[in-house]
This record gives sequence, structure tokens and C-alpha cells, in this order.
Amino acid sequence: MSGTGETGRAAEPAGTGDQDVPVIEFRGVSLTYPGPPPVAALRPCELTVHRGEFITVVGPSGSGKSTFLNVAGLLDAPTGGTYLLDGIDTAALRDGERTALRGRRIGFVFQSFHLLPHRSATENVTLSMVYSAVPRAERRARARTALERVGLGHRADALPGRLSGGERQRVAIARALAGRPSLLLCDEPTGNLDSDNAGSVLDLLGELHASGMTIVVITHDAEVAERGQRTVTIRDGILSEPSREARA
Amino acid sequence: MTRSPKRSPQRSPKRSPKGEAPREEPRTEPREKSPKRRRVVEPSRLAARDVLAEAVAGMLQRPGRSVLTALGTVLGVGTFVAILGLTATTSSQIDSRFNVLTATEVTVEDVARDQNEFADPAFPADADARIERLGGVEDAGVYWNVRLAPGTAVRSAPVGDGTGSERIDVVAASPGALRAAEPTLAQGRLYDEFASGSAQPVAVLGKAVADRLGITTLETSPAVFIGDEPFTVAGIIDDVKRRADVLMSVTVPRTTAEKLWGPPQQGDAKMLITTATGAAAQIAREAPVALRPDHPEYLKAVPPPDPRTLRAGVTDDLDQLFLLLAAVSLVIGAVGIANTTLVAVLERTGEIGLRRALGARGRHITVQFLTESGALGTMGGLVGTALGVSTVIAVALVRDWTPVMHTGTVVAAPAVGLVTGVVAGLYPAWRASRIEPAEALRR
Ligand SMILES: Nc1ncnc2c1ncn2[C@@H]1O[C@H](COP(=O)(O)OP(=O)(O)OP(=O)(O)O)[C@@H](O)[C@H]1O
Ligand SMILES: [Mg+2]
Repeated sequence: MSGTGETGRAAEPAGTGDQDVPVIEFRGVSLTYPGPPPVAALRPCELTVHRGEFITVVGPSGSGKSTFLNVAGLLDAPTGGTYLLDGIDTAALRDGERTALRGRRIGFVFQSFHLLPHRSATENVTLSMVYSAVPRAERRARARTALERVGLGHRADALPGRLSGGERQRVAIARALAGRPSLLLCDEPTGNLDSDNAGSVLDLLGELHASGMTIVVITHDAEVAERGQRTVTIRDGILSEPSREARA
Repeated sequence: MTRSPKRSPQRSPKRSPKGEAPREEPRTEPREKSPKRRRVVEPSRLAARDVLAEAVAGMLQRPGRSVLTALGTVLGVGTFVAILGLTATTSSQIDSRFNVLTATEVTVEDVARDQNEFADPAFPADADARIERLGGVEDAGVYWNVRLAPGTAVRSAPVGDGTGSERIDVVAASPGALRAAEPTLAQGRLYDEFASGSAQPVAVLGKAVADRLGITTLETSPAVFIGDEPFTVAGIIDDVKRRADVLMSVTVPRTTAEKLWGPPQQGDAKMLITTATGAAAQIAREAPVALRPDHPEYLKAVPPPDPRTLRAGVTDDLDQLFLLLAAVSLVIGAVGIANTTLVAVLERTGEIGLRRALGARGRHITVQFLTESGALGTMGGLVGTALGVSTVIAVALVRDWTPVMHTGTVVAAPAVGLVTGVVAGLYPAWRASRIEPAEALRR
């Protein structure tokens, strides 16, 4: 098997070694839930996220943030427009290919962690490599590295029930990282955390960004939104980017 | 920096193909090429070892529930194994008894009257000798119950009422017939061909009869009286392997009985032949001709029953009922597993969503839950097999039998558990694979 590491990926046809290919490219992407009545949860929108960017998506409840995440995370297919992930046209993919692309290129972090309660931190992290044919021997080593990366090397064998909320979320982040994704998609990553834990998670995301990870964080919290290089606002399904000077 | 690609008209590529062709060229091209392009991304995989590991982990995370779930299968498979094992054990028991006695025994009946109402008794005077000439015969002889005139009683003294009112049967038997019963003598001996040939008044008593007549020892040369006829008691029989009626009777030579009371009534006389192992069927075919070359149809030889039909007869009835019960337990076990797996699927919706997000395909979810239910079934099957085998051994020990199990039963039983589990898991696993990841993760 190949293509699990950065080098393997570069060899693939629509490879992404190229820094110029955006990680996310929305071209008129929209999603309407069929209903009845049909709900236009995401209006046609344009969005480009480049490699290494840290963007935040803010909006009030029911505005369409999760819908956006589902589309970006290939959990839902858009009903209109074109979505290129790492330059790959996702509309042309068959179901199995979409699933595989999701598993290999996107790391998810959820508000409610979604850790398996009866598995240790390490086992939870290895889960992200089960479906992408990473050899068993390599999984543990990669899981350890990922846990150390999020500062939990010492809690590697703990069950989630024995971890604080912030630690749990960091295990979830380690799980996302272990799959070596090109994009980290976080839906309200601090929604269930107190401010101290939230701070540590946000600091970690900042560090990951600094080391080159592409990160999209969805939040309704303006303070969290501040952490991003760019902030996209979503309201009634309409995505807009207030012109804000982020960098040259 | 702000990147805003030129706005494109909204289109729905999948759901409304009739919409006008997109004006957006750069994309149209790669898309048309798409059928030729191979493998944009490595497909998701799930190794067999991982499936097993996940299934075992899923089973162990709720050990108590898993045990209860497997209980139905344990009972079903256990009953199944116990019944088949007990059947095998008892029929091997029957087989061995059958080999010793029944398989080496032929009875010949006098059916002359059915053919010809004026026929004489069918057995010739030299019947024993004729049969003993056949290969494979060990002992053979004619016997019948003597029909005494009313009021004729068996006593131990010429007159008097020593015996009370109970009747004692008198049996006429040639020496061969007596030997064929394989008697064990308490005292004395059997009468032989010489005594029989000269129609001597000798008798052999069953132990119970001797006790009733008050005869405890042969040293005083006691006699018994049948009516007024005195008979010297030659021997007292302690036990027989065949013809248990001998124990309750006074047995006298055939010739003596004929001299005193005439030939047997039609159909009364029978011949008992004991044979070497395996010879019985052949001898049964030959006997009527050997006895009556002129009228073989006057005699009917009854060979030993075929051991296979005998076993089938035993297996039937009760065992089928129990096997049905085992099947019912299995169905209940399957319903239990189906129910638990369905609950687990609903409980673990979040986990299913997570796995889908991590790249699991619907079929990977199906396989995982099928393996889990299959593992539960197999566990139940293994425990059930162990219990079933223990039951068979315990019963055999108590009854002093040799426990017999067919290897097929022991090998098939856990497989029955596996199949039960997999079948039970089909619906829940299918449901699990249909769960939409976006829906599942919303929780
Ligand atoms: N499966 C669905 N079918 C129909 N309508 C839906 C479905 N899922 C979401 N919606 C609707 O789409 C709109 C956007 O929902 P979404 O979940 O994206 O909001 P959100 O911004 O994530 O809200 P919150 O901050 O509360 O999570 C809402 O009006 C919601 O009711
Ligand atoms: Mg939401």
C-alpha cells in the first residue's frame, strides 16, 4: 500500500504536493434539504482555503454552520455547484471514493468528541488508521506520536472517562492528526469545554497551524473566531467574508 | 488576501441534469475525462484481523450483556449436542446388546395350518439334527408349551396339595432348545440327546419353580409329578440368556412329552436356533428347506431385525421432539442476538457516524456488526457444545454407559452457533450500514 504519507499522496493523479492547489475550493456550492418544505441551508457560495490557512466560520444557531461542515467534510453532497478538495472534483466521485477521500484527507474534530468510551486514548487514536490500510505495527507508533504532539503522551493508556474535557478533545485532535489529513475540520471544538480547557485546545490548534496544518474551525463564539487568520460569517445559509486585512 | 473566483451560475450537477450546460469550461473538461481517470484516491479497506479485533472489543465492552445474549444460543446448541450425543450413546448401547444376543438368534415358527388345514405339525422328529448340520449353527431345538388336561397339576409328591393353586407351566423342549437358551445351572445338569432319544421321564426346573415345589437339593434324587407321571429332576436352572419362560417352567424332553401327551397343537411348536455372529440371516433363509424339503412354506423363519432399522426406531419419537426443542431454543437465541445487536446499533449511532467520518464504507459497518453477532453466536455455540458434551458424559457415567459422540456433531455445533449469530445480525447490520453519517454525527 502506498499513498498514506505525504510522498505517496504527491504521486497521485490529482496530487496535492503543489502548494498552489487550494485545499478547499467552493464554486457556487449550495445545499438544499429536500424537505418538504425544502430548506436552503447553504446558498450558492464561493470560498477558497489555501494550504496552511486557519479560517474560522461564525454564525448564529441554525445559520447553516454544520451544513457547511458536512459539505466541506464530504459527509453530505452539495445539491449545486462544484467542490474541489485538494483539486479533486468531488462531484465526479463515486460513493466509495468520496468515503475514502474523506477518511484520508480530512480530520474531524467534533463538539462532543466522539471517543469510544471503552477504548484507551491510544486505541481511539489508532481508529483513524484502521480504514486507510495503515499496517498495524505502524498504527501504534503513529498514535503515540500524535498523542505526544497534543501533549498527552503521559495519558496514552487512559480511558476517555478518566480524562478531562480538554484532554478528551485533545485525544480527538490527535486522532484526526494521526490520519495525516490535509484539512482539519472542527465543529464547535470548544463548545463543551470550560474556558481553561477551551484555551488549551485553541492554543493547540494555533500551534498546529503554525506548523503548517490547514484548519477550519466552526464556532458561534466571536472570541474563538478571533483566533483564525480569516473569519467567514454565515447567516441564513449565506456565506460572506467581511473584507478584513489578514495578511499581505 | 481575498480570493473570489468568478461567480458561476448555480447548478445542480447531480439532481437536475436537464439544467442547461454549464458555462464554466475549466471544470467540464476534467469531468468528461473522469471515466478514464483511475483511482483518484486509494479505496478504504478493512483488514479481516481488524474486523475480528473490533468485533471482540465490541463484545467485551458489555460482557454481561453479551453473556445474556448468548444464552439462547447456548441452550439451543447445548440441547442439540446433548440429544445427538445421548442418541449416539444409547444406540451404541443397543448395538452392543444386539450383537451379543439378538443378532445370533433365529426363530422358526410352524405356519402349516395357514397353508393347509389338514397338515400335521411341521417340525420333523429329527429337526434338531437337520438344522445343526447347517454351517454357523450353534444350538437348535424345538420347544412348545404343553397343554395339559384341566386339573393336571405339577406337584412334588404323587398326591396331595403341596403346590397350591398356582399353575406351573410344562414346556416340551429338545436338548438343543434347552442349550440354545444358554442356561446357567444352579445344580445338576441338562438332559442330553440320549435321555431324549429314549423318552426318559426327566425334567429340568427353573429356580423359582424348584423353590415353589420345595426342592432345594438334588442329592436326594427328588422327583416331580405332572399329573400322575413322575419325573426325575436332572437339574435346576439359575438363569438363562434367552427364553426367560424356562425359569418359570418345568421343562421335559420333547420325545417324552409327545409320548405322554401327544404332538404339539398346531402352531404351538417353535424352533430356537443360535448362530455364529453374522450367520443368522443366511440360516434363516436356509432353515425351512433344511427342515421340510417337501414343504418349506409350512415354516416361517424370523431372522434378527436389521440393526439400522432398529436404531432408526429408537432415534425417532422422543429425540425428534427434543431436537425440535433445540431448534426452538436456537430461534429464540437468534431473536435475542438480533434484538441486542439492534439495540447496540441504535446506541452506537455516534460511533457509526465517527467510523464513517474516518473512512469506513457502509459495507465495513455491515461486516463489523455481522462479525460481532457472529462472534456472539459462536461463543454461545462453543459454550453450548461444552455443556452438551458434559451432559452426555455425565448421563453415561451415571448409567454406566460408554459415552459416544460423532465428531461431526462436535464440529458442527459451534458452526450452528456461528450461523445463528450471522443470520440474527443480518437485519441490524443492514440497518447500521444505512445510517447517514451526517445524521449520526449530529448527536
Ligand atoms: N436534515 C435536514 N433536513 C432539513 N433541514 C435541515 C436538516 N439539517 C439541518 N436543517 C436545517 O438547516 C438549517 C441549518 O442547520 P445547521 O445544522 O447547519 O445549523 P447550525 O448553524 O449548525 O446551527 P447550530 O449552531 O445550532 O448547530 C437549519 O434551519 C436546520 O433546521
Ligand atoms: Mg451545528
